[in-house]
Amino acid sequence: MTAIWLIPLFPLASATLLLLSAGRLPRQVAAVLGAGSVGLAAVCVALTARAFLADGEVREFTLWTWMAVGEFTPRIAFYIDGLTVVMMSVITGVGFLIHLYSVEFMWEDESICRYFAYMNLFVGAMLLLVMADNLLLLYLGWEGVGVCSYLLVGFWYRDPANGSAARKAFVVTRIGDTAMALGLFLLFTELGTLDIQPLLAAADSQWQVGDTLPILATALLLGGAVGKSAQLPLHTWLPDAMAGPTPVSALIHAATMVTAGVYLIARTFGLFQLAPPTQEAVAWIGLSTLLLAAFAALAQHDIKRILAYSTISQIGYMFLALGVGAYASGIFHLVTHAFFKALLFLAAGAVIHCLHHEHNIFRMGGLRTRLPVVFWSFLIGSAALAALPFTSGFYSKDAILLSAWELPGIGHWLWAGGLLGALLTGIYSFRLVFVVFFGEAHTQPDHQPGWKMSLPLAVLCVLSLVGGLLVLPLGNVFPPSGHHAAGHTIEYISIGTPLLGLLLAYLLFLGRQLPVDRLVDSAPGRNLRNFWLSGWRIDQLYDALWVRPFTSLSRWWRNEPVDRIYNAVVAFTQWAHHKLAALQTGELRWYATTMVFGLMLLLAIMLRNAT
Amino acid sequence: MNGLQIPMEQVLALAGILFSCGLLGLMLRRNIIFMLMSLEVMLNAAALAFVAAGAKWSQADGQIIFLLILTVAAAEVAVGLGLVLQIQRRFKTLDMDQARRLRG
Amino acid sequence: MSMAGLILLLLLGGLLAWQAERIHPNLPRWTALVTVTAALLYLLAAAPTEPGATMAGPHYSGSWLLHLKLAWMPRFGIAFELAMDGLSLLLLVLTLLLGLIAIAASWSEIDFKPGLFQANVVWTLAGVCGVFLAVDLFLFFLFWEVMLIPMYLLIAIWGHENKTYAAMKFFIFTQASGLLMLLAIVVLAWQGLALTGQLSFSYFDLLGLSFDPRLGWWTMLGFFLAFTVKLPAFPFHTWLPDAHTQAPTAGSVLLAGILLKTGAYGLLRLCIPLFPDASQQFAPVAMGLGVAGIIYGAILAFAQSDFKRLVAYSSVSHMGFVLLGLYAWNALALQGAVMQMVAHGVSTAALFMLAGALQHRLHTRDMGRMGGLWHQAPRMGACAMFFALASLGLPGLGNFVAEFLVLLGLFSVQPWLAAAASLGLVTAAVYSLWMMQQAFQGAPDTRRNMADFDGREMLAMAAMMFALLWLGLHPQPVLDLAQPVLDSLRAAAPFDNPVAALDTAAAAVPGRGL
Repeated sequence: MTAIWLIPLFPLASATLLLLSAGRLPRQVAAVLGAGSVGLAAVCVALTARAFLADGEVREFTLWTWMAVGEFTPRIAFYIDGLTVVMMSVITGVGFLIHLYSVEFMWEDESICRYFAYMNLFVGAMLLLVMADNLLLLYLGWEGVGVCSYLLVGFWYRDPANGSAARKAFVVTRIGDTAMALGLFLLFTELGTLDIQPLLAAADSQWQVGDTLPILATALLLGGAVGKSAQLPLHTWLPDAMAGPTPVSALIHAATMVTAGVYLIARTFGLFQLAPPTQEAVAWIGLSTLLLAAFAALAQHDIKRILAYSTISQIGYMFLALGVGAYASGIFHLVTHAFFKALLFLAAGAVIHCLHHEHNIFRMGGLRTRLPVVFWSFLIGSAALAALPFTSGFYSKDAILLSAWELPGIGHWLWAGGLLGALLTGIYSFRLVFVVFFGEAHTQPDHQPGWKMSLPLAVLCVLSLVGGLLVLPLGNVFPPSGHHAAGHTIEYISIGTPLLGLLLAYLLFLGRQLPVDRLVDSAPGRNLRNFWLSGWRIDQLYDALWVRPFTSLSRWWRNEPVDRIYNAVVAFTQWAHHKLAALQTGELRWYATTMVFGLMLLLAIMLRNAT
Repeated sequence: MNGLQIPMEQVLALAGILFSCGLLGLMLRRNIIFMLMSLEVMLNAAALAFVAAGAKWSQADGQIIFLLILTVAAAEVAVGLGLVLQIQRRFKTLDMDQARRLRG
Repeated sequence: MSMAGLILLLLLGGLLAWQAERIHPNLPRWTALVTVTAALLYLLAAAPTEPGATMAGPHYSGSWLLHLKLAWMPRFGIAFELAMDGLSLLLLVLTLLLGLIAIAASWSEIDFKPGLFQANVVWTLAGVCGVFLAVDLFLFFLFWEVMLIPMYLLIAIWGHENKTYAAMKFFIFTQASGLLMLLAIVVLAWQGLALTGQLSFSYFDLLGLSFDPRLGWWTMLGFFLAFTVKLPAFPFHTWLPDAHTQAPTAGSVLLAGILLKTGAYGLLRLCIPLFPDASQQFAPVAMGLGVAGIIYGAILAFAQSDFKRLVAYSSVSHMGFVLLGLYAWNALALQGAVMQMVAHGVSTAALFMLAGALQHRLHTRDMGRMGGLWHQAPRMGACAMFFALASLGLPGLGNFVAEFLVLLGLFSVQPWLAAAASLGLVTAAVYSLWMMQQAFQGAPDTRRNMADFDGREMLAMAAMMFALLWLGLHPQPVLDLAQPVLDSLRAAAPFDNPVAALDTAAAAVPGRGL
């Protein structure tokens, strides 16, 4: 497969066509174009991957020089190594399944053309992001996916709440993106290039481990990653971003875009290795995010918000992996997470679709028998999310925890935190299963999902189950990590924790052996629940810290304070005008008299000067 | 050289007195006819000084300027009286303090 | 090609358009369209891209393409002297293209005295072309005034409810600062006389003179004020929101698209090269004003409820980047500034055209009374979204290239200022998306009946979209056109900032520029 540029071209061309048609295409054509282009891209990726797996050669492909100003010569060029192949496969593979699912999910929507246009644009931008050979092109993809996320979160634009969620998503990530842009400026100013591989080589030769510059540069890049991947402190946009259609949440806010930050750090890991403080910060950010989000997920009652918080939490695990230097494990978790979280979102979408857009889990219940396909999908997805043994999530999360354990120094703390997170994951994921699919039915489904929705679910079920057996071709990308030498005890603890979580969830939400209601109804319980429900009140905090000062400042300045200076000049001129106009009495004698005295004054001055 | 028979100082003093009378009249009288007449007095005072100076230095310039001033005065009276007529017609008065439409 | 012919063509075309009104009310706009198209085609067909053989002398360095010098007032050293280089050519093309857009935008909007309207549009273009071509400073000032007066008339006659105030404000600001420039020009020529013994207003004769530092400082300030009022930079920008809000659509398009660029052009061509030392001393202040403008403009843009006012403040914000790029004065930042001139010209012209179209249809500019327009006018919505994204600096569109290059260049000179200026990227997102939300998203008013863009409007929009995409994805032709000019300007006025040292030091490191 030499025509690598075809891969992003298919979705981009389809997006262009759909946009140019301005919604006049029949929905069948739109669906075929939308899903088909991603399918074609997936085929191309498969061919590329086969060729890559056969010879393991890195492929580079330059389309044209983007701009050339002095030494700044970024190109529109692609760089395909194992990491890229993995990312491309996830994007187009899972992406195609989600597109197929969307055909049925969005069939009734009048704007299906626009929907597929945005989705294809997203896939194209995401492909550019992972295929980019330089950081500027990566930034193009990075912002491109951000815009598509904005467009798709606010897809149902008639509700202002969706628009506000979309803007929040864009602006919050933009803050991170700006930090990342500054990182790019710093890297170029210091190293003279933005091409990733030469950049890493130059950094390696010019900087020592622990220098200030690499720490600063990586901290700025981390800012971008944190924004895009919804990590502390820029995670607040993701729960709100669930306002978009559910397949969008599956594709953008679970499987692909939100993991871009993980990709960025993995791609530039050479820089992070030069900056141990940043590397450690990555681990701590990951750990605190995964715990915070897991607690918040416990209290939510909107099915999509639970999944959103669990996404934040799982990406926290990926950051933890990156922070402890287990890059391959982080990417592995990225892949398995893409499978099972896409599965969960699609299943949740099917539930919502069949229950007249009901989001509240406490108004669902008993769906196990009524929507069997969805139930099994959800069960498998939750099992993988909770990392029950032998599911895909188990392998990846286990690897991360083991790597954390082996890190000298802070490793044990990170491991313990990750383990607590795993327990919480078990609880909230099975709380979801038990509340939605067991117990009494509160709402009746009006139809069953069709094959276009069931097929992607089935494929993702299989992937979620056996995805742990995949061997990713990352050997040449990352430095090899040492053999896991942890004892069996550690292994048993990692296996046992999710099972404990499952048991607790059963006791709390299905068996009702533990008095959860009384706990929640007590005053501190209720406060805690509301605290977690609001996502630790971080939204309110930011509102008070940033949003309200900005809006009040702008309201205060609204009528142009600078103009007051000029208005003062105008006022003075007018005042002087009135004063001076009083001299113009219109009386001839007054004029004559003033003239006489004026002349006398001039004469006097002249005479004085003459003597 | 000196063609002037009377002392220069006296002539100049007379011219100055005449000029001051005219100026005071211009500044104090309200009737425009009197103002015009005061102007004439001032012009003639200046003309007197010119004639005296011309005589003193035996130059024709003084008389030439006197003729010029005479012409100017005539022209000025013509225009001035035209204005007076207009003012009388519009304001029904010759009091210049009443005609102050140019007030700022 | 004949540069004087180009200006003459526009002046005569304007005259013709004015008189054509007597024959038929539709004729003026056709006349104007034909005139501007003819001028554009002439420019594109006849403009040389290689330096002419006529250029010789110390300051006539390789970047000049054309030169014309006719005697005018030889006694005062004033000549009708025009010259063109890549930068002028680029800006001329932009001017004429946006002139076409302005005529298209006003196609069905003007009923009152259409002839005089089109004449003023074309005369403004003539004045701007003159400004971009003149190299005699007296002539430059003349054209500076020529472009001002028709613009004043456009606002004062065809403006909206508060047009007299806005037009007067525009006129007084520009005129007062223009007089400062005239004063500075006279001082400059007089100083040239003192230094070389020859009175000349020619740019080439005045370039590279060594001034008394104090005098140079004050003269530089005269130029700086004139150009930053036009740019406009904080705190001299307050005429802009009023002028834009009140101007007819074509006026706003011209004002934002090209008149503002004359300020940037003046700084780049005259102010900094003529007074390199004073400018370098002054650079921190200028860059500070740039950053202040970026942030202040963005905050005020967010506060507006008037669509046009919002776009006007966004212009203030974006032109701050130009000021930053110019005073950073290195290859990257200068290219960024030039790119921003072009890209901002296109994107803001499009937004103003959109605002004009909305006002024409809804008879209001208040976004509080819009909302949900996407439903009734999806094509307008899509266009608005495109240009809003361009305005917030989406990579792949021209504005991103510009802002990125400016900040990249600035970062090597003043990292902290670059960091402060990059806040503008966030705030731009805030106000652009807020504008989209207010006007196009939300629940549609079902009682409203509104026509979407027609073919003519879509054609203009498509042209501008294409231009921005081209600038964003393959800006090299534009960069190549400006590069020799910027190089020779920098050679004429070197800033000895630490970057140069850093560059050479870094160049010695192996492995660089792989």
